[in-house]
Amino acid sequence: MPETLTPVPETAASPPAGESGPGRPSLAARVAAHHLLWPVLALAVLLAVNVAASPSFLEVRMQDGHLFGSVIDILRNSAPVMLVATGMTLVIATRGIDLSVGAIAAIAGAIACTQIAGAADQGAAGAAIIACTTALAVCVLLGLWNGFLVAVVGIQPIIATLVLMVAGRGLAMLVTDGQITTVNNDTFSALASGFVLTLPIALVIALGVVGLTALLTRRTALGMLIEAVGINPEASRLAGVRSRTIIWTVYVFAGLCAGIAGLVIAANTSSVNANSLGLWIELDAILAVVIGGTSLAGGRFSLAGTLVGAIFIATLARTIPTIGIPSEANYLFKAVVVILVCLLQSPRARASLRSALTPRSAKGATA
Amino acid sequence: MSTTTVTRPSVAPSGPTPGRGGEPSTWERVRTWAPSSRYLPVLTTAALFLGMFGVGGLRYEGFTDPQVFLSLLLDNSFLIVLAVGMTFVILTGGIDLSVGSNVALSTVIAAKTLEMGWSPYLSVVAVLLCGTLLGTLMGLLIHYFDIQPFIATLAGMFLARGLCYLISVDSIPITNPTFQEWAYKTVDLPGGYYVGYTSLVALGTVAIAALVLARTRFGRTVYAIGGNESSAMLMGLRVAATKVGVYAISGFCASFAGLLFALYTLSGYSLNAVGMELDAIAAVVIGGTLLTGGRGYVVGSLFGVLVLGVIQTFISFDGTLSSWWTRISIGLLVLVFVVVQRLMTRRQS
Repeated sequence: MPETLTPVPETAASPPAGESGPGRPSLAARVAAHHLLWPVLALAVLLAVNVAASPSFLEVRMQDGHLFGSVIDILRNSAPVMLVATGMTLVIATRGIDLSVGAIAAIAGAIACTQIAGAADQGAAGAAIIACTTALAVCVLLGLWNGFLVAVVGIQPIIATLVLMVAGRGLAMLVTDGQITTVNNDTFSALASGFVLTLPIALVIALGVVGLTALLTRRTALGMLIEAVGINPEASRLAGVRSRTIIWTVYVFAGLCAGIAGLVIAANTSSVNANSLGLWIELDAILAVVIGGTSLAGGRFSLAGTLVGAIFIATLARTIPTIGIPSEANYLFKAVVVILVCLLQSPRARASLRSALTPRSAKGATA
Repeated sequence: MSTTTVTRPSVAPSGPTPGRGGEPSTWERVRTWAPSSRYLPVLTTAALFLGMFGVGGLRYEGFTDPQVFLSLLLDNSFLIVLAVGMTFVILTGGIDLSVGSNVALSTVIAAKTLEMGWSPYLSVVAVLLCGTLLGTLMGLLIHYFDIQPFIATLAGMFLARGLCYLISVDSIPITNPTFQEWAYKTVDLPGGYYVGYTSLVALGTVAIAALVLARTRFGRTVYAIGGNESSAMLMGLRVAATKVGVYAISGFCASFAGLLFALYTLSGYSLNAVGMELDAIAAVVIGGTLLTGGRGYVVGSLFGVLVLGVIQTFISFDGTLSSWWTRISIGLLVLVFVVVQRLMTRRQS
């Protein structure tokens, strides 16, 4: 702790007021040292930009018993990335990566839509439930496959999941026969557009998954075991951790999360285009995880950070058109964010930044 | 010739007589020749290519026509150049995800500058400079700030794609006469066959890259970094310059491939080459380059691209298969090669 406190005098200017006691870590110091400080600060800056561009941005109103407003919209849109990123967080915590989640999402959407379209009564709730269950079961299988390649065969995660990333969209096309399959099922489309307890169902699902994951990893030893495997799989195996099983499990979980995300995305348009569904969502998910402060070197993860990261990405996507830049330029800003976040995480960049900032400590805080 | 083979065993124990017993005869060398295990992956890929070509020839009429092979080169010239750059990066144990976007950016820059009335040569220089600059920047981030190649090039990918959209959202046709001449120019071969200029340029790139890797200090350093970066550093090799250089080369190759792609489609479009980085990586993997770095050849990547091309030719000759089978079969091929690589490295360690 004391080491992390040394830079505080320079950075503590921005957080809310709090007396900095000389001996014990004060509130300000604790805030400054908290791993969520930067992601939350970045999100706050983005929200402030939005409010400056359109003052009614934060307005949330009740309509027909549902909450409406830009903020709710952003939260609803962030649900798929939130879901995928939750799985990705655990995978990255084991020092792995899963590139195939976008393809898995496409396969899930493809299976669900083809099943519903082929059902006897297309509008029936039962058809939707059966279709979604089948889709998720297939996603678990795909996750098992990824986990098998990584944990048993021992291929580098980035390459092992590359296989499914390349082949997955082809498989999804195979399922839909290359067509854009459109379905007409209220239960299914409610996944994306429905409301429960005044909140969008998609958001509730995503938060539910995140919450459940947090509960499982933080209230049991699972989280610690995952981190142990991420730090050194061999050492944790010798210490009695079943590293192989744990690695396998996280890939299955990532597959399942990606499947749910795929269902939500497909439900949003009530159709599936195997070529574009979930395109680059793996990169967004990795971005969310990185923004949230989870190190790509593994061994440490923060689900709360991932949550903030996913919301940040959705907010960014919303902000860019709001301030009058074509929404396609989204990627440019994402690139800047990736570079900034990585530089902030990089010890070397931090050291050089610190030495550059010591003479004049007035700058900072917005990065 | 055969007499020397017989006498050799009797000569050998009595003492080395230079010129006779010390060296096996030509016939002996031919008889016991086995390819060095270093070349085995490349030869496997080459055999795979020839085998697939042969199977295609048996199944479809006209498949083995030399022109089919020449068109294969023409249709994949940009991918060949892209795979060459990717080979350099993967040999150092890195990866470059930005090349697909870099290709798109290059086509857009070329089309836009030509539309603005730039000289085609100036436009080519601008494209190559942009691509190389992007690659160099990523290399600097990777080496000097210890950012993982995967993440740094991911940022590069987003950056290039974003710049594309910023320059133009719509597809821009290329009407410049010089570009059109380059695109359509062919070299006539005996027998009525012809080969496009772009394919010759791509093959030239492969030759230069192979020469650089095999014969220069830079090339040896690339292999050394892939083998073990810390050892390379301790040996006093120029690790920093080489690592940044490798990404610069990849950026250069990507922009060069972008030019070839612009010639191929005669347009610049920001949605070009989505997922082409995957094809390039797949080609390198199928070409036998070890993904952990340190081993592999550019020629292997050339064969890797050709294998991918044959799959596509298969599908177009067959007519009943749909194009998504390409992706599935590429995925399967990558899987097979990766698993074989894994088994080979496991046996050695």
